[in-house]
Amino acid sequence: MKIAIPVDHKNIESSVCISFGRTPYFLIYNIETKESNFLENSAANSQGGAGIKAAQTVVDSEVYALLTPRCGENAAEVINAAGVKIYKTISSSIRDNITAFEERKLSLLDDTHAG
Amino acid sequence: MKIAVLSGKGGTGKTLISVNLASAAKESVYIDCDVEEPNGHLFFKPENIKTEKVTIKIPYADEKLCTGCRKCVNFCMFHALAYVGTKLMVFEEICHSCGGCVLLCPEKALSEKDKVIGEVQKGTSETVTVITGMLNPGEASGIPIIKKLFSCSKADNKSTFIDCPPGSACIVMESIQDADYCVLVAEPTLFGAHNLNMVYDLVKLFNKPHGVVLNKCLEGENPSEKLCKEKGIRILGKIPFDSELGTINSNALISARESVKYKNMFSILLQDIIREVQHEAAINFKR
Repeated sequence: MKIAIPVDHKNIESSVCISFGRTPYFLIYNIETKESNFLENSAANSQGGAGIKAAQTVVDSEVYALLTPRCGENAAEVINAAGVKIYKTISSSIRDNITAFEERKLSLLDDTHAG
Repeated sequence: MKIAVLSGKGGTGKTLISVNLASAAKESVYIDCDVEEPNGHLFFKPENIKTEKVTIKIPYADEKLCTGCRKCVNFCMFHALAYVGTKLMVFEEICHSCGGCVLLCPEKALSEKDKVIGEVQKGTSETVTVITGMLNPGEASGIPIIKKLFSCSKADNKSTFIDCPPGSACIVMESIQDADYCVLVAEPTLFGAHNLNMVYDLVKLFNKPHGVVLNKCLEGENPSEKLCKEKGIRILGKIPFDSELGTINSNALISARESVKYKNMFSILLQDIIREVQHEAAINFKR
């Protein structure tokens, strides 16, 4: 099972990015193999619709869940359409969030924002 | 003769000036291009209103024909399209109606449908034809409404006053495109002068004859007036910071209709502008 997290740097010791649509990278983490793969977010500098394009990247990486502090409504629509679950991160530490996810301590993100 | 009234920021008095100039003219057309928040109609209270919806083109996919090649998704610079599972998603409020995706689709799976984004209202208030553009909240661009406003007023050969949206963005450029003269309204503050400079740059870029009305003038230094003198911009008139004028205006009344004093003030301003327009026309003719 793979999960996606928006992250500030190409390093699992870096931090969770506060923005989903404009995060520089996505960490695609495999829970079973503990493999980390970093994807560049091509939407990071786009003029508009960044969330939709970032969501497309996440959906295309065939993850089970997305762990993020925030998510826009358009991005959430794309992610939900793909059946990917969105969980709310609890801290800026990438590892803490992965552990919390594995222990089923994360709750679903239920508030998406406009714009 | 088309006169556009614009300013670099909101609240400087574009509507005050355009509404009163249109009222001071014998017969005229007033066009409210501030489609996000049109307010000229609050003063004119037009009657016999005829409404026309304004639509834009939005793509939709025929799922049977779409093969999921994603050419459209990758092409859209606004990211209004996403492809999930076996389905193309269209985000209508992000689409700018360029039509590129439809042209590009190799399977001819995309077509266009009409989406209502607002309306144009046409009515009359005494001798003024009042045309108002209204954009629905959340829509990406008011430009299609502006285009409709001008196509609605084409038949009229009367003096036309265009109440522009604030700022100097695309929608203002669209509003002044056919104007014969631009009236720039400015406040007596540093911020006002900065904003005046923005629209001054715009009208210069568009090669539009222009002049400034200094609004809300107080005693003491006026940074906008200073800017006009430095750059050699023609000052058409000064309107004082005046509680009587402010009161009439805040009661949604038209001062040129309410008092002889203001009727004269705006008539003089109008005559000056007409003279400027004719002067510019003569220069252009010689050229």
